[in-house]
Amino acid sequence: MNEELKVTKIRNGTVIDHIRAGMAPMVLRILGVERGFPEVVVMAMNVRSQKIGFKDVVKLENQFIPDELVKKIAIVAPQATVDTIKDFKVAQKRAVELPSELFDIVRCPNRNCITNSAERVPSHFTVERRESVCLRCHYCEGLVEGESVENLL
Amino acid sequence: MLRWQGRDVISIRDFTREEIESVIAKAKKMCADHELLRGTVLASLFFEPSTRTQFSFNTAIQRLGGSVIGFAGSESSSIAKGETLRDTIKVVEKYADLIVIRHPLEGSARLAADVASIPVINAGDGANQHPTQTFTDLYTIEKFQKKIEGLSIGMLGDLKFGRTVHSLAMALTRFEHIKLRLISPPNLRMPVPILHELENVLTYSETEQLDLRGLDIVYVTRIQRERFADIEEYEKVRGTYVLDRKSCEQLKPTATILHPLPRVNEIAPEVDQLPQAKYFDQVQNGVPVRMALLTLLLRGE
Ligand SMILES: [Zn+2]
Repeated sequence: MNEELKVTKIRNGTVIDHIRAGMAPMVLRILGVERGFPEVVVMAMNVRSQKIGFKDVVKLENQFIPDELVKKIAIVAPQATVDTIKDFKVAQKRAVELPSELFDIVRCPNRNCITNSAERVPSHFTVERRESVCLRCHYCEGLVEGESVENLL
Repeated sequence: MLRWQGRDVISIRDFTREEIESVIAKAKKMCADHELLRGTVLASLFFEPSTRTQFSFNTAIQRLGGSVIGFAGSESSSIAKGETLRDTIKVVEKYADLIVIRHPLEGSARLAADVASIPVINAGDGANQHPTQTFTDLYTIEKFQKKIEGLSIGMLGDLKFGRTVHSLAMALTRFEHIKLRLISPPNLRMPVPILHELENVLTYSETEQLDLRGLDIVYVTRIQRERFADIEEYEKVRGTYVLDRKSCEQLKPTATILHPLPRVNEIAPEVDQLPQAKYFDQVQNGVPVRMALLTLLLRGE
């Protein structure tokens, strides 16, 4: 990791590294970082990476990310790593992994799908393809592909 | 392993070639037998009316000695009282051995199957699936052509919104050496996601020309006026994709013409007399196919 990023080392919180270049703002949106967010947040975009060419990095002070949100991050940044930091040390390392099924994470874009009705069924998608993600709704069998998934999180 | 007892029939995607063939084989052997499913109660939940489909299921269960409870249309149903589909299913399953459901929302039948402890058959969930129609289509194709694999199959008309052609195309990917010719006006072409599913599994071509030469099967669908912004365009298209005596001269003598019915004018009445016209047999075949499925789900064989 390069010099500038070292400066912003955090005592307690989370470092999300190896985010696909350009996707950090999306990751922040998933994490609910917006105006009024009370903690220190550092975002770096287009950092040179040996592993994936260019990457984005996000650091959040005093924030710990539940597994449900890690699954959402996996959809937009499939190679990301999520490190929990305690007292400047990595306490837990998680590689994000897209599970084969997603429950209540992605909204179905089909207005006529039972999951968008008064029935209040949580959405359920199966992952058909991981690289350039492709999901199929368990209920209406409709496909969601690529960037359109980002608007449904 | 083929396991039928207690299974649901929700989507043609859930079935392998082997399973499709065993339904066809079973349907061929079905004949009225009032002892086979005596005492069985079928719950027929039609949240939107479809008289033909309902008749077909009712006839199938009655020929096997079972009986029917249920409703048709949303006014008479629990929807009007604000009950959820899940609750309706949990109540109905206490009275019945099997549920047949038709519902305007896509995914409703899958939800019903996930909730119910008894078998559920999807009789149409919005624009998504209608698997017993597809089984009937495959049975009819096999009956008249003596095989499915290797056939040249033409699909004609509205391939964009036509649920039956989507399911049939998907089912045909299970069979080898299928040649599919997709004949439609440019605004009603087969949707791209479905074409992706066909790629590398069967050979397909798309055309706007009413070219029926060399086909073993011509599957005709209705082109609806609502699909067109202006009436002139609709009238033009309606006149182009029509089977009449003239266009049928292109057909092989052994070809089979199918249509999920009801038709409007995409097949001229004069075509009904041709030996290739089999769409009324297709309707009739819905009964043994549904008898076969009911027997498989309730008796396991
Ligand atoms: Zn859906």
